[in-house]
Amino acid sequence: MIDAIVLPLLKILVVLNAVLVGVTFMVLLERKVIAWAQARLGPMRVGPYGMLQPIADVLKLMVKEDITPAKADKWVFTAAPMIALIPALIVFAVVPFGPEVSIFGRRVTLAITDLNVGLLYVVSVTSIGVYGIILAGWASNSKFPLLASLRASAQLISYEVAVTMILVSMVVSAGTLSMAGIIDAQYQQGVWYAFAQPLAFVVFFIGGLAETNRAPFDMPEAEQELTGGFHTEYSGMRFALFFLAEYANMIVVSCVATTLFLGGWLQPFPNVSALSFLGFVPGWMWFLGKTFVFLYVFLWIRATLPRYRYDQLMRIGWKVLIPLGIANVVVSAVLKVLL
Amino acid sequence: MTSGLITFYAVGALIVVFALLVVTSRNTVHSILYLVADFLAVALLYATMNSMFVATIQILVYAGGIVVLYLFVVMLVKQKSESELASDPRRRNVIGGILVAAVLGELVVLGVSNAISPAAPSVNAPGGVENVAMALFTDYLIPFEVVSILLLVAMVGAIILARREI
Amino acid sequence: MMGEVSPTHYMMLSAVLFMIGVFGVVTRRNIIIIFMSIELILNAVNINLIAFSLQWDNSVGQVFALFVIAVAAAEAAVGLGIILALYRNKETINIDEMNVMKW
Repeated sequence: MIDAIVLPLLKILVVLNAVLVGVTFMVLLERKVIAWAQARLGPMRVGPYGMLQPIADVLKLMVKEDITPAKADKWVFTAAPMIALIPALIVFAVVPFGPEVSIFGRRVTLAITDLNVGLLYVVSVTSIGVYGIILAGWASNSKFPLLASLRASAQLISYEVAVTMILVSMVVSAGTLSMAGIIDAQYQQGVWYAFAQPLAFVVFFIGGLAETNRAPFDMPEAEQELTGGFHTEYSGMRFALFFLAEYANMIVVSCVATTLFLGGWLQPFPNVSALSFLGFVPGWMWFLGKTFVFLYVFLWIRATLPRYRYDQLMRIGWKVLIPLGIANVVVSAVLKVLL
Repeated sequence: MTSGLITFYAVGALIVVFALLVVTSRNTVHSILYLVADFLAVALLYATMNSMFVATIQILVYAGGIVVLYLFVVMLVKQKSESELASDPRRRNVIGGILVAAVLGELVVLGVSNAISPAAPSVNAPGGVENVAMALFTDYLIPFEVVSILLLVAMVGAIILARREI
Repeated sequence: MMGEVSPTHYMMLSAVLFMIGVFGVVTRRNIIIIFMSIELILNAVNINLIAFSLQWDNSVGQVFALFVIAVAAAEAAVGLGIILALYRNKETINIDEMNVMKW
């Protein structure tokens, strides 16, 4: 009874809380990192060094007036931000945060569950997130959001193909679709897949940037281009939900990249006994550290690179990343059979 | 009433309710949203039937691909009138309803009279990805390759059909 | 009366979903809704196939269901392309108005 119902509920509670708090502090982190890259300080007023800024942001968004455009489809207008946020959150059900540990004498795996088809579940659930963007643009009953949402969804479904190709080549290397199994395969083969398949790593990261609408692929939400993109007509808490969805997607892509390419919760060089002192750091701390590195690189790229034009963006997705992905699948399959 | 039966009735009720909403809703975008919910409910049903792989493929292809295509087409096709101008809609609905009820009644009678008892659950889960992959790549390799050519042909055909003539 | 979920339950569900799809095809005039009802029919068939795969402990049913999903994707793409081409020429999606072979 405890193992079947209470334990998963507790894990879900912990993970959801961690993700939602992490997402609100990501807002602050982004502003700070971009500020430091631009030789200024960012938010400094609220709390020490601006650490309580997210609380001020959340309070502001909660008390803002809730405007719904006239003749907008009210039901769809309200549901669109939820449809954008829910897939980003339920992916965390298969992310393995750490190995099996003993808590109060009970063996607990630090993952909510381990599906046999975990990686496929991640891909399929993130493909539902497209609906939030399409419906937000449609339900706003206004030209700019509709155009922006069509562009954004076309971008998302194009880069989904490239990312799925990369995931297929990772499955070929690991021999299993389950996320915990992929970490185990990296342990058995003694190499993180970032080094065994560098091209896949780079293509996955670029695809992840495009999938989450982050710079340099953030044409759909660029303020200078389409007056705010698909969330132009949204205000208050619904707008906050879109932002939460974007940052949650970033965290999802970082967690999946950590699991696939950087060995998840494994310590560096687990097979080398001279470095076994690194085992004092628990697995979930390694996982969170590696995820944080990815998130920092996301923000770093945003502060540095200019934005791609829409046709350049689509050209990269279809003519560069997909052929590279297919070539990667073929080469990794051939090498897997030969070696 | 075992928990399996309760789960089946709950998911089945979701499927039937959303399907009814799809065919009776007046607004096309609402119909498409109900269709997505229906496909997600069917994927849930597959998950309870020990077929996780087909369930995730159902979400990925049907809910995440085909219905997005429908949504794009609905947005590109500007409808002048949302409500259907009717010549005599109720007669069509009544005749359709009678036909459907007759065939459904016959199917239910046939099904209940030839009821099959459920098999014991097997140890070697057939829904695992490995079993499906083995069957797909050894016994059914030729249909697999043919389907890939079919998809290529469909892709080329759809692009040519939807291309704007200049 | 019924303790376990038997294939009969799944067949009943599949029959109901099938007939709802047929009702949609017969009754509605909007061609996109007709296409969506055809997708409902294909889903009903898939439920049947997976139920029998569960009953006889054989993965062939699931392979068949995968092929049905792939063919449905191809059919949806081509069908929607035809609808777009038709709409560009006739400016309507009401099938009652698509009743001449040449215009």
